[in-house]
Amino acid sequence: MSKQTFSGLALIRRALTGHRDWRPQWRKAAPKPAYDAVIVGGGGHGLGAAYYLAREHGITNVAVLEKGWIGGGNTGRNTTIIRSNYLFDESAALYDHSVKLWENLSQELNYNVMFSPRGVMMLAHTVHDIQVFKRHVHANRCNGVDNEWLEPEEAKAFCPPLNIEGNMRYPVLGAALQRRGGTARHDAVAWGYARAADALGVDIIENCEVLGIRRDAAGRVEALETTRGVIRAGRVGVSAAGNTSAVLGLAGVRLPLESYPLQALVSEPVKPIFPCVVMSNTIHAYISQSDKGELVIGAGTDAYTSYTQRGALHINTHTLDAICELFPTFRRMRMMRNWGGIVDVTPDRSPIIAKTPVPGLYVNCGWGTGGFKATPGAAHVFAWTIARDEPHPINAPFTIERFRDGHLIDEAAAAAVAH
Amino acid sequence: MLLISCPYCGDRPEIEFTYGGQAHLVRPADPSALDDQQWAEYLYMRTNTKGVHAERWRHARGCGRFFNALRDTTTDRFAATYKIGAARPDPAASEPTPGTAR
Amino acid sequence: MSVWRTPGGGRIDRTQRRKFRFDGRDYQGVAGDTLASALLANGVHLVGRSFKYHRPRGLLSAGAEEPNGLVTVRRDAARVTPNLRATQVELYEGLDALSQNRWPSLQFDVGRINDWLSPLFPAGFYYKTFMWPKGAWKSLYEPVIRRAAGLGVAPTEPDPDRYAQCYAHCDVLVAGGGAAGLAAALAAADEGARVILCDEQNEFGGALLSDPQATINGAGGQAWVDQALAELSANPRVTLLARTTAFGYFPHNLLGLNERLTDHLSAPPAGRARERLWQVRARSVVLATGAIERPVVFPGNDRPGILLAGAARTFLNRYGVRVGTRAVLVTAGDDAYQAALDLHAAGVSIAAVADLRPQAEGALPTAARRAGIEVLTSATVLGTLGGLRVNEIVLGELDGTGGVRRKRTVRCDAVLMSGGYTPSVHLFSQSRGKLAWNEPLQAFLPDRSAERERSVGACRGIYDLAGVIDDGFAAGAEAASGRSGRRRSVSAHSAGGDGSAFLGAVPLAGASSDKSFVDWQHDVTVKDLLLATREGFRSIEHVKRFTTTGMATDQGKTSNLNALSIVAGALEVPIPQVGLTSFRMPYTPTTFGSFAGASRGDLFDPVRKTPMHDWAATEGAVFEDVGLWKRARYFPRGGEGMHEAVARECLAVRSACGIFDASTLGKIEVVGADAAEFLNRLYVNNWSNLAVGRCRYGILCREDGFVYDDGVVARLAPDRFHVTTTTGGAARVLAMMEDYRQTEWPELAVWLASTTEQWAVIAVQGPKSRDLLQGLVEDIDIGAAALPHMSVAHGRICGVPGMVMRVSFSGELGFEVNVPADYGLGVWRAIHARGEKDITPYGTETMHVLRAEKGYIIVGQDTDGTVTPDDAGLAWAIGKSKADFVGKRSLQRASMHAPMRKQLVGLKSRDGRTILEEGAQVAEIPGQKPPMRLIGHVSSSYYSACLAHPIALALVAGGRARMGTTLYVPMPGGDIEVEVVPPVFYDPSGARIHA
Repeated sequence: MSKQTFSGLALIRRALTGHRDWRPQWRKAAPKPAYDAVIVGGGGHGLGAAYYLAREHGITNVAVLEKGWIGGGNTGRNTTIIRSNYLFDESAALYDHSVKLWENLSQELNYNVMFSPRGVMMLAHTVHDIQVFKRHVHANRCNGVDNEWLEPEEAKAFCPPLNIEGNMRYPVLGAALQRRGGTARHDAVAWGYARAADALGVDIIENCEVLGIRRDAAGRVEALETTRGVIRAGRVGVSAAGNTSAVLGLAGVRLPLESYPLQALVSEPVKPIFPCVVMSNTIHAYISQSDKGELVIGAGTDAYTSYTQRGALHINTHTLDAICELFPTFRRMRMMRNWGGIVDVTPDRSPIIAKTPVPGLYVNCGWGTGGFKATPGAAHVFAWTIARDEPHPINAPFTIERFRDGHLIDEAAAAAVAH
Repeated sequence: MLLISCPYCGDRPEIEFTYGGQAHLVRPADPSALDDQQWAEYLYMRTNTKGVHAERWRHARGCGRFFNALRDTTTDRFAATYKIGAARPDPAASEPTPGTAR
Repeated sequence: MSVWRTPGGGRIDRTQRRKFRFDGRDYQGVAGDTLASALLANGVHLVGRSFKYHRPRGLLSAGAEEPNGLVTVRRDAARVTPNLRATQVELYEGLDALSQNRWPSLQFDVGRINDWLSPLFPAGFYYKTFMWPKGAWKSLYEPVIRRAAGLGVAPTEPDPDRYAQCYAHCDVLVAGGGAAGLAAALAAADEGARVILCDEQNEFGGALLSDPQATINGAGGQAWVDQALAELSANPRVTLLARTTAFGYFPHNLLGLNERLTDHLSAPPAGRARERLWQVRARSVVLATGAIERPVVFPGNDRPGILLAGAARTFLNRYGVRVGTRAVLVTAGDDAYQAALDLHAAGVSIAAVADLRPQAEGALPTAARRAGIEVLTSATVLGTLGGLRVNEIVLGELDGTGGVRRKRTVRCDAVLMSGGYTPSVHLFSQSRGKLAWNEPLQAFLPDRSAERERSVGACRGIYDLAGVIDDGFAAGAEAASGRSGRRRSVSAHSAGGDGSAFLGAVPLAGASSDKSFVDWQHDVTVKDLLLATREGFRSIEHVKRFTTTGMATDQGKTSNLNALSIVAGALEVPIPQVGLTSFRMPYTPTTFGSFAGASRGDLFDPVRKTPMHDWAATEGAVFEDVGLWKRARYFPRGGEGMHEAVARECLAVRSACGIFDASTLGKIEVVGADAAEFLNRLYVNNWSNLAVGRCRYGILCREDGFVYDDGVVARLAPDRFHVTTTTGGAARVLAMMEDYRQTEWPELAVWLASTTEQWAVIAVQGPKSRDLLQGLVEDIDIGAAALPHMSVAHGRICGVPGMVMRVSFSGELGFEVNVPADYGLGVWRAIHARGEKDITPYGTETMHVLRAEKGYIIVGQDTDGTVTPDDAGLAWAIGKSKADFVGKRSLQRASMHAPMRKQLVGLKSRDGRTILEEGAQVAEIPGQKPPMRLIGHVSSSYYSACLAHPIALALVAGGRARMGTTLYVPMPGGDIEVEVVPPVFYDPSGARIHA
């Protein structure tokens, strides 16, 4: 089960033999009748949780069940933005935990996930934006999270294609920059965790959909009914993103979630033109350039709940309005591919990483549009929660009960209300 | 962009509408009689249906009226739209509306 | 004319010469050429370099599927467009094109070293290396990779071109104007339908444009096309859109079309839009999108001069260009023989036909043999040779036992290849129709539709011309009328149509040391695909992402099925079991600008201006964006900056009188017998006891108990309230009101109307405001007794009917004059004129300072969606006797009363000088290092000119219990000591307001 070491040297050595002895990066495991723990959902969050269960908690008799192919959900559909400059202490702690793990992830997994801390710059377009962003900058600084305020000229120096002319409908009045933020290669995150988890004994079972959750007389999780048979497990962690409501519904657990389409698109590849990540919440545009040269652009969510993994044309036109307004040199660039994912959104736009009312059943969900950045951190504390049946201090505030008790962590409300 | 049939105005493009979330949620007559858990159920818990979903739309940039719709969230096809206060129709029995396959 | 150009025939005009440039060299083509055909007519086959290995590449195709011939077209410094397919660039006089991704030149590209080093760069190599030392990825490896990647160079100047957009409805949209699409359009038009027919090419006709052998109803195919177009263009219910790509299929039969208007013109008329985005809602859709020929995967199949057989035929028949002098055909079907026959007839020597099949006895192979062309069956391709152009191909004859009986090297300067056709099911699949694998045709075909849509002709695997036209007629009539209509009778014939196909690598391809390409543009070879399967990537989506096959700008149009077949073969499973990657929009890359359209500058979002906007602009006001509104922020005089102007404006209001444009405040008229009850249920306040003619400050929460909006509400009559909202909140407050009115409390007799834009609102604030207004109002007693603070009266102001509210957001005696919007400017001018030196216009920034001095909150600044009325110090406003209101139940939760909730307080810098920064954090313990324990933040902070010291409002945990204590605002330069004080800094008794 030991994994083949990945390195430049290994590559050169195998080049001499036509790369014929590379083994599968993870086994095509068939389900065993029983596991100590099962993770439902083979995205970065689920695979990562399995890895940390094995690696940090010694629980290696673990399966990850994926109804399709691993990394095929939001892990493989997002715009790969990584940052931690969130307002509230609880959020900053969670996302910064993640960024710290990102910084070592390639080495830890022996898989180049291409974490590239090229800086994430968030644009302010109104006086209200400035107030909100400066509040973030100060809160982050005091929390030890890097985030700095840039005047428009400084923002342009950091990102030369940016238009800071006054003739814009919403001129750029400044920006908040997190230099440690950046991007990573999304597929590699799924594959890297899969390979590392597999090497520790975790079974990764693709094309395996969960159809039912069995509970014992005491109400505790006992087994999963799947398209590949019944799999017993005393502990089940669900990381199913847009499909979380459906999976937890099998155990009668209701969640404050709604699933919306979220689209993204890429341009044709061009030579390096865009050095960082730029986000504008006010006019809805998120953009970076991939290592392949494509401009990677995030659009907004559609207005209605849907599981179709596609959205409306007018959402894209609106996004490209904003891109062309901010970067008028990109008007002649062309959209090469557009796609959609399903994001599960909570009322306070913060995730749930918690125990559920059903003993032995745990959930990591509600990441909305921002789950990728949290992959290592969320997986890490989720594994802790499953292994110890209690939350890690970092995810302790991210309960389901906070909605009952009014302890919301409302990042959206804190940013969005205009006067 | 969906094509939505307003029960008052007929077929209109989605950009004339705002989405109103899950339908048939009735605000409790006496919220104070509810405990925190019951109140949270009303306030936050949603079916998030994967399949035929009863939901509210408002023809905000048209007649301004709210109405209900049955839409399959796995295909975005509308099975029916109906006025507020009307009972949820049987999707199988309803007339096909725009966006329905032939 | 060059030797490559034929003397006659085709869709070009040899008399119209067109000069153009490629990589700085001058060439000549003719009208009707594409850049691709013009280059070939000049003997130029080398047009690009591949993405990874920088191998020299020529044109593979003649159409939208082209993976190799990507160029940058440059009209001027700003009009630079990278990554265009030379096969789709129409030639115009003076066209200037550049090859891409090569250095220093296309002929000599040092990047070619990657090809020699390619054993080090197998698929996904970057996941396995570049991890040491840590941090070097970002600083060292990634920059190198990024520079190597990318194709063309992005434009560096703003695009000056204009892009148009339009919406359309039709009964039948036909995508694709070949034989099938034309037939469908004709039949639909016969039924009286409104029809839109679009085609991505410059002219309609599709494959018929390249098929001189085709006959329809006894005449040439082109004659039929001409007649169909004449008929369609004479029909006013038919819209013909050439150069228009149906790029996207969206829910409920909405299709996105991109029409190119000027890119083919030498000198586009000034002001003409470059492209137009059509959003078409069609009752029915007919997809007639044709099929794309598949290349054959063999070693060295990427040398310039090696191209699709159908493309060679198109270049010859449509563009009058021979692709070589001596050609070899590699095929596994009969159809491609027609290309060999056509080229042969045009004087190109056909050195051999290598047919992968054991037998080739059809009409076309027979004709080929009869023409003296040597046909080798059971053939395979063992390799090719040539530097910048193919010059030899090595063929083998299979011995039937896995070996080669004979090996033969054939000299040639062109290789035509054909693996059959791949139907273009892109749009069908985008519509979420289900595909089914067709074994005989070796292709996925449309099966179950998801929308009102029909696929016709080659895109559903019908390849013979008569069948195609018949299919088009039937589908067009059905799409229009829902039944099979009058069928036009047609007899048609063209070469081929046997539909035989070949997928995957040719036999013994693996034996060669040269690469067998599957995805030309991304340099994905058979070996890469096999490596992916070895490494455990089995889903085709995984293989795609690991090898990047199908992810180039052609999105796998020529490569996906070959890749699928090779993976299926390696895994020893049937093709459908490997799966198919999703088809996503757009069909071909589509310009950002066409999506953005006119949405730029002031047209990016509507600009809302008040009636007094232009006056303020003339006075030199600086504006800020609030929602869609432009609001005057301050009125600088002389060389004043914002702070000086605001200080002056503040003092003027406090000492004399200021005039402020409050028109942007939202205004909602709530009318009906149950109006008071309705507001009781919504707002936290009690409205039953508000007398007619009086006003009250109202707070609206969401059901979660947090402050959502606020504003003054005036009772104009027992059944009529004038509700004001925040500027940004007007629309959402009205929407929320309508929600409750319509869906929760339909039994209430109450109606709502937005009156925001009906009223101009002129705030006249300051100790002299009453004196100033006194002479301007009629029928209204604005004296202190008759019109006390928080009251309203109707009457005439400057002769205009309106109402005067005595309200103050400044803390001074103040009035808000409401007049119909059309009179706003006139009344404003009259008041301003009457005020003479005593009146000072002020903006939102001054308004903010004045209200902060009084401790009045701004919703959205001093609240943030997590603040309850009590947190904001507004518990007094809650109607205590009410059983319920929106948000009340949430406010009853224990957490909403926790003593350490953040509460609104005032802060004063201990040094009396330092202005706190808005957003700065507040700590109880000084001298902390990150992470600090924080207890709040500064929400508003200004220098108060009137008080001559800075003031701030803050939300601080347990703040009201901390009055008089010292807290600390940690800044990069150290802590700022502040004192907690009540939020009302100015005139706490309210004497001035009640003056």
